[in-house]
Amino acid sequence: MSIQVRNLRKTFGDFVALDDVSLDVPGGELVALLGPSGSGKTTLLRIIAGLEAADQGSIHFHGEDATVQPVRERQVGFVFQHYALFRHMSVFENVAFGLRVRPRADRPSEAEIRATVMGLLTLVQLDVLAKRRPSELSGGQRQRVALARALAVKPKVLLLDEPFGALDAKVRKELRRWLRRLHEEVHVTSVFVTHDQEEALEVSDRVVIMNEGRVEQSGTPEAVYEAPATPFVYGFLGDVNLFHGRLHQGRVSIGESELDAPEWSEVRNQVGQAFVRTYDVQLHGSPRNGALPAVVRHIHSFGPVVRVELELVHDRRTIEAHLSRHQYAQLAVTKDQRLYVVPTKVKVFAKDAT
Amino acid sequence: MRRSSHSVLPGFGVSLGITCTYLSLMVLLPLATVFTRTADLSWTDLWGMITNPRVLASYRVTFGASLMAALVNTVFGLLVAWVLVRYRFPGRRLVDAMVDLPFALPTAVAGIALTTLYAPNGWVGRYLEPFGIKVAYTWVGITVALIFIGLPFVVRTVQPVLDDLQVDVEEAAASLGARRWQTFARVVLPTVTPALLTGFALAFARAIGEYGSVVFISGNMPMKTEIVPLLIITRLEQYDYAGATAVALVMLVASFALLLAINLIQWAARRRVEGPGA
Amino acid sequence: MTAIAFTRPATSAPRAIERATGEARWIRWTLTGIALAFLTLTLVLPLVLVFHEAFAKGLSAYLDAIREPDALSAARLTLLIASIAVPINLVFGVAAAWCISKFEFRGKYLLMTLIDLPFAVSPVISGMIFVLLFGMHGWFGSFLFDHDIKIIFAVPGMVLATTFVTAPFIARELIPLMQEQGTEEEEAAIVLGADGWQTFWRVTLPNIKWGLLYGLILCNARAMGEFGAVSVVSGHIRGETNTLPLHVEILYNEYSFAASFAVASVLTLLALVTLALKTIVEWQQRRAAAEQAAANDELERIAA
Repeated sequence: MSIQVRNLRKTFGDFVALDDVSLDVPGGELVALLGPSGSGKTTLLRIIAGLEAADQGSIHFHGEDATVQPVRERQVGFVFQHYALFRHMSVFENVAFGLRVRPRADRPSEAEIRATVMGLLTLVQLDVLAKRRPSELSGGQRQRVALARALAVKPKVLLLDEPFGALDAKVRKELRRWLRRLHEEVHVTSVFVTHDQEEALEVSDRVVIMNEGRVEQSGTPEAVYEAPATPFVYGFLGDVNLFHGRLHQGRVSIGESELDAPEWSEVRNQVGQAFVRTYDVQLHGSPRNGALPAVVRHIHSFGPVVRVELELVHDRRTIEAHLSRHQYAQLAVTKDQRLYVVPTKVKVFAKDAT
Repeated sequence: MRRSSHSVLPGFGVSLGITCTYLSLMVLLPLATVFTRTADLSWTDLWGMITNPRVLASYRVTFGASLMAALVNTVFGLLVAWVLVRYRFPGRRLVDAMVDLPFALPTAVAGIALTTLYAPNGWVGRYLEPFGIKVAYTWVGITVALIFIGLPFVVRTVQPVLDDLQVDVEEAAASLGARRWQTFARVVLPTVTPALLTGFALAFARAIGEYGSVVFISGNMPMKTEIVPLLIITRLEQYDYAGATAVALVMLVASFALLLAINLIQWAARRRVEGPGA
Repeated sequence: MTAIAFTRPATSAPRAIERATGEARWIRWTLTGIALAFLTLTLVLPLVLVFHEAFAKGLSAYLDAIREPDALSAARLTLLIASIAVPINLVFGVAAAWCISKFEFRGKYLLMTLIDLPFAVSPVISGMIFVLLFGMHGWFGSFLFDHDIKIIFAVPGMVLATTFVTAPFIARELIPLMQEQGTEEEEAAIVLGADGWQTFWRVTLPNIKWGLLYGLILCNARAMGEFGAVSVVSGHIRGETNTLPLHVEILYNEYSFAASFAVASVLTLLALVTLALKTIVEWQQRRAAAEQAAANDELERIAA
């Protein structure tokens, strides 16, 4: 079932959580809402679920207006950050809950409930723990129970609120892969909220990046990473360097150098920002055209990638370059060495674009 | 008693000494007299004193009214706690503070006030009189007084548990399709039940021993509205120490059994949530 | 899908889903109404009645009742008993809380149960046991008689009974509080060279001051208001062995209702003051806890 969000606005007192947000989630897709704290992603998720009401705007499920429908009737499955398992019930009873509270007429028989629950528990690989209490399970196991419980009522939409936020790094990675595989088996329209960009890019079919209550960009992980639409997105995804300069008629001047910026050909004498990924920064031992002089300040040479911190001579700002060990050895980089920085694959924004 | 390795802190000996001496002299020694006195009696004598018709009637009155009052307090105490925790209304803080009034008010004051209130010409009694409902000087009055003094026990035991309830569990239940009353019955109530049981037991335990608030409104008619504490006093005034002690023994046993029950309830509740490993 | 036109609803999303987990408005109001009605009937009416009856015969009758010599001596006795029982239980409470919360030893839970015992015992029995000890036919009865020492039917007996009944209050308040606070701060003080008393005064006491005050307020309220236990041991001798609650009973049984309620109103005022102090202390405790939590968050933030 697809979701259409139109012009949502939500404030909490003076704080604007969502500011005219519109979004389309095609049926069967796994969509990530990505952004820093306060970006409005959790609020958006909860409004879709019906746990909060928007001040303005509408929500439609598959074209039908669900804006004022109570959460009970929306047939959404919700997985909470801290699991919200029923502590006094066993794992089995937790998963069976949604089936047990159905009105008499719709309620499945005991045998059917058992079959559905055990089937789901097998799917999440927890069938042997059916009789345990939530307090006896690890965090990862609890989250899987929460997932099974949400799926038991065959929801049209699955919503997950930072589902792996409360788990440690290793378990998070495992569950990420596992969620992806689960989605490929079950194919329910799913939306999950995260602040972890690696998670969003790895797991989802589509990423929606939010900031300060607005959607910055929406697209496939590749599209969003390779072609960021705004400075915020650029800065949020991946490690990036920021060069400050002036834009004038299609060229941007940074220090002594000038680079082409054809998309800004109309602009005259404006402050601009140039974004360059850390691995797109080339370092050279001798001066050349378009290179910016810089001095090496720190070298972090552990791990597969060597991180070199340099201070630009012209404005004393710090930038970071990532080199492979091979490049590092070839350049024979040392502290306080003077090197020449050539930014490649530069993305330029005029200052008032932010 | 084994000293712990943390005896870098001083004062263990002194504080333990003071505590044990005080408890022995002030608590254990006086309480022991009940047992030594009854030990003097033969079993038949003791049994006779405990099962004397007047004594049995007083048990019926005391335990019956206490049970009734504790039940009423459990229902209304839960309601009051729920309203105080979940809802907002003007004067909520004042009402919250007032719930402790029965704790703070001397029992004699409560006794005379309730009697005057429910007497046939009292503010409340006069409305019940035409219907033939007599409260003062009947066991109904005893129950009313016991409801007054037991209320805070239930409310204050349940309130913290309700306060601690995480809203996401209720949201989960709603998202799974449960109606509001289903969420209450299947998710909220089981979590609150141990506290309810504890509150009930505390209110019951306090009620069976209560004297001051009850003795005015009960009328103290032997065999009809005589409560056990009053019976004990009557025996003492007649210098029938043995008789008084025998009855007191039954009360003590009941009180200790209730104390034990309360501890068991709380242990069982922890186990239910934490699993058999706990 | 994109062909479907979406229009904004005419009004902003109604309150239908104001809180996904709330009851319907009418249910809320009904429940609140029932609860308030119950509380009014149970708590407020008796309270109002006390003052109404106290002034039933007018202000001068009220003042006479309070200033009457027997009433004044009852008040003096009440204060005397409280001023003995409360400090004794303060020392006991602090000692018990210290050894239970700062040390591990076998029998700790037994000790805690013993401390709770006076709570579980009926007030009448609490008085009776002292009669059994010190009364004419009690254990020490003949010894006391021979030496002309009066405990039962005299003030000492009343002090003992009151002390017994109020023994757990301060301990029960301090023990969980001090257990929660742990031993780290005291250990730090010892390492820095403080002795036992200094550690207690400078480190422990400031941390427990609100809980201690709370326990003192409750202990005092109970000590002044105790009726059943004191009634058994007092002998009801007017002007000599009557506390305020006992005086209320005597006046009531003599049908001097207005006077009885007048004295009762004094005790009621005491109860209301107790409630007010209790609320203030609780508020302070909450504030202190919130400040502590905020300070901890700040520390974590800085450290991160």
